[in-house]
Amino acid sequence: MHALYQFVAGPLAWAAFIVFLGGLLYRLIRLLILVRNREPFISSYMSWRYGLRSIVHWLTPFGTVRWRTMPVLTVVTFVFHLFLLITPIFLLSHIVLWDEAWGLTWWALPDVLADIMCAIVIACCVFFAVRRSTQPEVRFVTDSSDYLILLLTAAPFLTGFVAYHQWTEGAWMTILHMFSGELMLALLPFTRLGHMLLGWLTRAYMGSEFGGVRHARDW
Amino acid sequence: MAETDKDSTKSEELDEGIEVGVRRLTPERIQTVINSVLGAETGARFKAYIQTCIHCGLCSDACHFYLSNDKDPRFSPVGKVKQTIWPMIQAKGRVDAAFIRRAAQIAHTECNLCKRCVQYCPFGIDIAYMMSMVRRIIHKLGVTPLYLQDTAHSHAATMNQMWVKGDEWIDTLQWQEDEAREEIPELRIPLEKEGADIMYSVIAPEPKFQAQLIYQAAVIMHTAGVNWTMPASMGWDNSDMAMFSGDNEIMGRVKRAHFETAARLKVKKIVMGECGHAFRSVYDMGNRWLGWAMPPIPIVHAIEFYHDLLKSGRIRIARKYDKPVTLHDPCNVVRGGGLHEMARYVVSQICEQLVEMHPNREHNYCCAAGGGVINCGPPYKNKRMAGNRVKAEQLFDAKSRGAETLIAPCHNCHSGLHDIVHHYEIGLDIKFFGDIIYECMEKPENP
Repeated sequence: MHALYQFVAGPLAWAAFIVFLGGLLYRLIRLLILVRNREPFISSYMSWRYGLRSIVHWLTPFGTVRWRTMPVLTVVTFVFHLFLLITPIFLLSHIVLWDEAWGLTWWALPDVLADIMCAIVIACCVFFAVRRSTQPEVRFVTDSSDYLILLLTAAPFLTGFVAYHQWTEGAWMTILHMFSGELMLALLPFTRLGHMLLGWLTRAYMGSEFGGVRHARDW
Repeated sequence: MAETDKDSTKSEELDEGIEVGVRRLTPERIQTVINSVLGAETGARFKAYIQTCIHCGLCSDACHFYLSNDKDPRFSPVGKVKQTIWPMIQAKGRVDAAFIRRAAQIAHTECNLCKRCVQYCPFGIDIAYMMSMVRRIIHKLGVTPLYLQDTAHSHAATMNQMWVKGDEWIDTLQWQEDEAREEIPELRIPLEKEGADIMYSVIAPEPKFQAQLIYQAAVIMHTAGVNWTMPASMGWDNSDMAMFSGDNEIMGRVKRAHFETAARLKVKKIVMGECGHAFRSVYDMGNRWLGWAMPPIPIVHAIEFYHDLLKSGRIRIARKYDKPVTLHDPCNVVRGGGLHEMARYVVSQICEQLVEMHPNREHNYCCAAGGGVINCGPPYKNKRMAGNRVKAEQLFDAKSRGAETLIAPCHNCHSGLHDIVHHYEIGLDIKFFGDIIYECMEKPENP
């Protein structure tokens, strides 16, 4: 068990972070090469001003017509993505690992708060799953891959929550937690979770077109 | 929903373009065409759109077809992608002829390429572009709806949309000049005037059956003292249905002829009549196909032209139009060109009262005629009417708040809204800006 822990916390973690960052970089470079080879016109429309303007509107809760027309989903979406990023980065037990390995420390969330945020992320995943299986327009375009990437995202939080509360004996839940987190990171660039990277680019392009050519709001 | 099914079955029976085309298909041909289009004619955008779409369905509420068909998910924007592009990619082009028939109906008759869904997608995924790629595949497979294909043939053979022959064009202009000289004896429709400030361009339906619009434009030009001309050669037509049939090569030829005609006449800019899709073809799609990020010769849509004439006082209004009006925002010039505030300025100058529709400006609902849908002809009219109940409700709401006249500054919108107003018995008069300006402006005294 100890050897497995060492492996998952050591080499596998390294591998996951390398595949995650390398994968994102690879995807980005591939895309930029494709732009250059096939659609070089894209760069003649891209505008920092209009691209960022569009992104800022869509990053603002209720900042677009679409966000305003469905308040519950808007709140869930923003809370989910925010907590999904903040919780693991500012979790004390994660910072302790960084400290042990690299001597790096930063501000940490109080454990109780982090615990609640983790529970909220899990609840949001349940909300998305229920929405996906009950709303006809979402269900119609759903396939197994949609549930898989949702599970991939929820798993580290679910296992982390159980491990933190020590509902199971021994270290295996912690190992499972680390493994699921590493799996999510490593697969992210190669699944539609990659919207974490590509979403900014598609939004920026459409913002640029609407701002510079169409002279209309895209929010 | 049952009604929709019945309608689409009827359409299948009536559309020879699709039916004959589908009968000629072989699995090999389908696969080759799909893979060549998706492989060689798409790039980073298409790839990013496919890989980014999280299947959240937020685009659904943007679509008038979806809203009007009781939120049937088959009509949602992403639902249309699911029924066309996704299986093509997953099966690597190995889809059957029945699939292609359905894809042709979806891309050509259930999507107006209005881009409203772009404004509803958090990632700004351009589903209209995806549907254009489906149309491209349909075109290369020879399964384009018959009426639309006929129009594309007309573009290819005559460089205009309506089989107008060279002499008929000149004859029509001179006929309208004669007519207008009854009213204003000094009026001319200057043909082939090299070095004029403006080349005025129209779509082929104007000389074909709406010649009074050319008359009205000539009166406005004359009264405003504009130095203008119209070409006597091919290249006068700014419309482009080949753009909507996926026949990009013909689209490019038609646009090249148009721009080269303006260049030959050495005009400073092209002013175009009240047409939306033509604006899209010269300002967005055709110019890009020819390698111009923006049009090589400045394009001024009628809305902007009237706005400038009114603002500078070159035309003056004798008496404002007194019936309350409501204003339709055409997708191609509003979501495609941002002319909504200029349109409202024009309304404020020529009409007593504007009753706004909601939603409006760039969030308007499409007329369901644009994007080549009305050009797919009678087999799809019922589907088009059922597919835009929300527009009817919007119009009825404006009418209930007092609107009597509907201004639609776009030919396709005009025809589409005409159908909707009649089908749903809304009872609104439909007019172009040009109709009202001509009616209400100060004209030179007839000696």
